[in-house]
Amino acid sequence: MALDDRKSEFTFVGTRPDRPDGLDKVTGRAKFGADMSAPGMLHGAILRSPHAHARIVKIDTSKAEEHKDVKAIVTRADFADVPFKPGLEGEFWNVLENVMAGDKALYDGHAVAAVAATSALAARDALKLIEVEYDVLPHVTDVDKAMAADAPVIREGAADYSVPQGMHPNVVRYHESGHGDVEAGFAEADLVIEDSFVTEATHQGYIEPHACLGALGSDGKGELWCCTQGHWIVQKTCAALLGIETSQLRVTASEIGGGFGGKTTVFIEPVALALSRKANRPVKIVMSRSEVFRATGPTASASMDVKIGMKKDGTITAAQGIFRLQGGAFPGAPGDMTAMCAFAPYDLTNVRQVGYDVMSNRPKQAAYRAPGAPMGAFAVESVLDELCNQLDLDPVDVRLKNAAQEGTKASYGPRYERIGLVETLEAAKAHPHYSAPLEPGQGRGISCGFWFNHGGETSVSLALSEDGSAQVMVGTPDIGGSRASMALMAAEVLGIPYENIRVTIADTASLGYNDVSHGSRVTYASGLATIKAAKHAVEKLCERAAAKWGIPVDAVKWQDGCAVPSGPNAGDFDPMPLADITADMGRTGGPISGHFEATPEGAGVSFGTHIVDAEVDPETGKTSITRYTVIQDAGKAIHPTYVEGQFQGGAAQGIGWALNEEYIYGDDGRLQNSIFLDYRIPVASDLPMIDTVIVEVPNPGHPFGVRGVGETGIVPPLAAIANAVSNAAGVRMKQLPMSPPRILAALKANG
Amino acid sequence: MSKLHVSTTVNGDAVEYLCDPRETLLDCLRDKLNLTGAKEGCGTGDCGACSVTVDGRLVCSCLMLGAEAEGKQIETVEGIADGDVLHPLQKKMIEYAALQCGICTPGILVAAKSLLEKNPNPTEEETRYWLAGNLCRCTGYDKIIRAVMDTAAELREAS
Repeated sequence: MALDDRKSEFTFVGTRPDRPDGLDKVTGRAKFGADMSAPGMLHGAILRSPHAHARIVKIDTSKAEEHKDVKAIVTRADFADVPFKPGLEGEFWNVLENVMAGDKALYDGHAVAAVAATSALAARDALKLIEVEYDVLPHVTDVDKAMAADAPVIREGAADYSVPQGMHPNVVRYHESGHGDVEAGFAEADLVIEDSFVTEATHQGYIEPHACLGALGSDGKGELWCCTQGHWIVQKTCAALLGIETSQLRVTASEIGGGFGGKTTVFIEPVALALSRKANRPVKIVMSRSEVFRATGPTASASMDVKIGMKKDGTITAAQGIFRLQGGAFPGAPGDMTAMCAFAPYDLTNVRQVGYDVMSNRPKQAAYRAPGAPMGAFAVESVLDELCNQLDLDPVDVRLKNAAQEGTKASYGPRYERIGLVETLEAAKAHPHYSAPLEPGQGRGISCGFWFNHGGETSVSLALSEDGSAQVMVGTPDIGGSRASMALMAAEVLGIPYENIRVTIADTASLGYNDVSHGSRVTYASGLATIKAAKHAVEKLCERAAAKWGIPVDAVKWQDGCAVPSGPNAGDFDPMPLADITADMGRTGGPISGHFEATPEGAGVSFGTHIVDAEVDPETGKTSITRYTVIQDAGKAIHPTYVEGQFQGGAAQGIGWALNEEYIYGDDGRLQNSIFLDYRIPVASDLPMIDTVIVEVPNPGHPFGVRGVGETGIVPPLAAIANAVSNAAGVRMKQLPMSPPRILAALKANG
Repeated sequence: MSKLHVSTTVNGDAVEYLCDPRETLLDCLRDKLNLTGAKEGCGTGDCGACSVTVDGRLVCSCLMLGAEAEGKQIETVEGIADGDVLHPLQKKMIEYAALQCGICTPGILVAAKSLLEKNPNPTEEETRYWLAGNLCRCTGYDKIIRAVMDTAAELREAS
C-alpha cells in the first residue's frame, strides 16, 4: 500500500506514559481467564492418558454418570468428526484429535474424556470413576529415534508432498532451500568446521494456566470467555470442532497472563463448550500447572548438523545446516522456519539448509517466540564462534564482515529491504560491555538473531465521543502493553492527549476477523490499522469543518488536533479543535468514526545482537550470567519502556532455555517434570539487570517506521550464552540446556 | 463430606465462608469471597502468584487450607491501596512498566510490601532473593527490581 504519509517527527510516539490498564493490574481488579464466573456455572475437568502411545479399547463412563454432582460427560463422540466434512480437514482435524483423543492416545497427558460437575472438586473426583481400557503401544519421544527405520509409526499417511521417498512415516514435512554451490564454497575455505547440536523442548511457561468459561445452547448459539492470544481463531476453531456456525459463537478475550505463542490455539475451549451443550449450563475449565506442561504446546526439540567454511580474513565461503525438529504427535514442528532463519543474518554466496518436521509421542508443539529460530541460531552461531576462536578473529568484526544489508539476497530467497543488522553490530562494538575486562572464570559470548515478523489480517475501529475523547477497538489481545502503544499512535494522528483515548480489545461480535497476537505483529499491524482508522476519522472531521466554514474540504487540513485552513487562499478561520467538531456532530451529519481493515504486507524483518558474560563454577557446573546486553532494531519504538521490556523478557526466557529448562521424559514416555519445582524457569535471584539498546532503523512498510520487537529477543540468547559458557569453560557446549551435570560432564571429558 | 464453617478477617473485613476440608485458602478467597486478585499459577507453592499475608507472614495461599484461616488476619492485593490512593509500590510498578501481562503482579506486590516492612533498605541482592519465590515470565525481573528498590528509597526519604 502507498505510504506517502510516512512520519518521522513525533509528539506522542516515543514518550513513556503509564499504561491504561495499569490501575486494574496493580489492584487485583483485572479479570484474567480464571477470574470469570456465571450463574448456574458448572466446573469441568479432563481425564488424560497416562500412556505415551496406546490404543483406546473402551471408555466406560457409567459409574461417573451415576455420581450425584455430575451433569455431563463428553468423549470424542461428542465432537463434529466427519473426516471429509469441509472445515474439518487438515489442521482443524489435528486440533480436534489433540483436544480429545480418537482411536489412540498419542502422548502422556492426551485428553480422553471430560466431565462437568457442580464443583471443581466433584469434577476431579468423578474423573476417577471413568474406566479406560488401553492397549499400550511402543512409543518414541526422541527426534533422531523417531526418524530411525525401527521407530513406531505415530500415524500413517500424515506426511505431505514435500517429504522425499523412502523417509520414515514419522517425517511429515521437508524443507530445502539455499543458493550457490556449497561444495565449491567449502573448497575455497581456509577452515571448515562441521558439528552437531541438540536442544531440548521447552515450555513458554506463562504464569497463567489456560482457563475458559463457555456456554453453548442446543440452538447452536454460544458465548465463550477465555485467555487467548487470538479470539477469532478460537471462534473459528471451536465452531468447526462443534459443528456450529462461526458467527453464532461470540468469543471474548480475557486479560491474558502470558502466552508467548502458547495461547495461539485451543485446548480446553471446545471441551467446555461440548460439556455446556450437553449439560445446558455454563462450564468453566481451568488447567492445573501439570496439565499445562503435559498437554499444551511446548516447543520442538532439535537435532542439528551445521558446517561452515571461512577464509582467514573472516569471509564465510559456504554454510550448510540440517535441522531435525520433533513437534509431538502432529505435523507442525517448525523445521522450515529453523532452516530459513539459521543463516539469515549473513550475506552468503553459497548456502544450503534442510529442515525436517518429525512426529513423536509428545504433546503437539505450539509457537514459542520466534518458533524454530533460536535452535538454529544456537547451532550456527556456535560454529561461527569456534571459527573465530580458531582463526583468532574478533567475533563482532567477523559478523560485520558478513552481515546482510539492504539488497542482500537472504539465505531463504528474497532480497532484503532496509534492515538494521549492521547498526546493531556497530552498537555492540561501541558498547562498554563489549570492551569491559572479564574476571577469571568468566567468558563472553555474542550472537546475532533474525526473525521474520508478520502482518496478518487486521481490523480496527475508532469512534469519537461528543466531548472530544476517542475509543479505539482493536482485535489483538494485549500481551505486553499494546493498548498503550495503540493510544500513542491514535493520539499522534488525532492530536488529542494520550489520556483521552481508551483502547479496548473488542470481542468477536464487534469487529471483523483479526489474526492472533503473534508474529511480533501487534504494534506493526494493529498499529498501522489504528493510524489508518484515525486518519479516516480525521478526513470526516475535516469535512465537518469545511462545511461549517463553507469552504471545499480540500481547503482544510488537520494540524495539532485542529482543523485549519490549508493555506492563505483557503480563507481566514481560527483553528477548530476536535472537541468543537464532535460537540455538535449529531446535528452536522451524525457520529464520527474511522475504520481500517487489511492484511498489511510490510512487516519487515528484524535483527538483534546480544552480548553475554557467563561465569562457570568448575566444582558444581553451575553457570551464572554476570552481565547481559540486548541490542535490537525496533524500527521506531512507540513506547520505548515496553520495547525494553520485550528485549529483557526475551533474553530472560533465552537464559532459561540455555541453562536449565527442558522437558524430561522417562523410558516409559511419561513427562517427569511437570511442575515449576522441577521445570525451573529463571527466578529473580538467577538474573542480572538486563541492559538494552534500542536501534531505530525505520521499517519502510509502516507509516511510523515500526518493526515488531516481540520475538527476535529470544533468538540470540541460546547461542550467545553457549558461546560465553564455552569460552569460560574452555570446552564447546553442543547440547542445551547447559545444566550443571552437562557442564561437569563436558569439563570431565575435556580433562 | 460436610463443610467447615470459617470466620476470618480479610483486608480488615470480617468474613465467613463454608469450605470443603480439601479446599485451599486460595480457593476460598477466589471462589467464596470473590477476591480474584490472588492467582493460581501452579498450585504447588512454586510461583508465588497467590501470595497473601496471614497474621503478617507472607504465604502462598495455595499451600494453606481454607479451614486454617479461622481467626486469622489475611491481607491480599485488594487491600494494598488505601481507598483510592495507591500504595507507592503500586505507583512505581506502573511507572517503571514493571509488568507486561500482569498475572504475577498481585503476588509481587504482596511479597514486595512484606519485604519493605521488614527491611526498608534492601540491597539488590536481598530484593532478588526475597522475590525469588515470585515467578515472572515476561519482564526478566529488571524493571520489577528497580521499581521495588526505588519505592524503598522513596519511602525512606518520606519517613
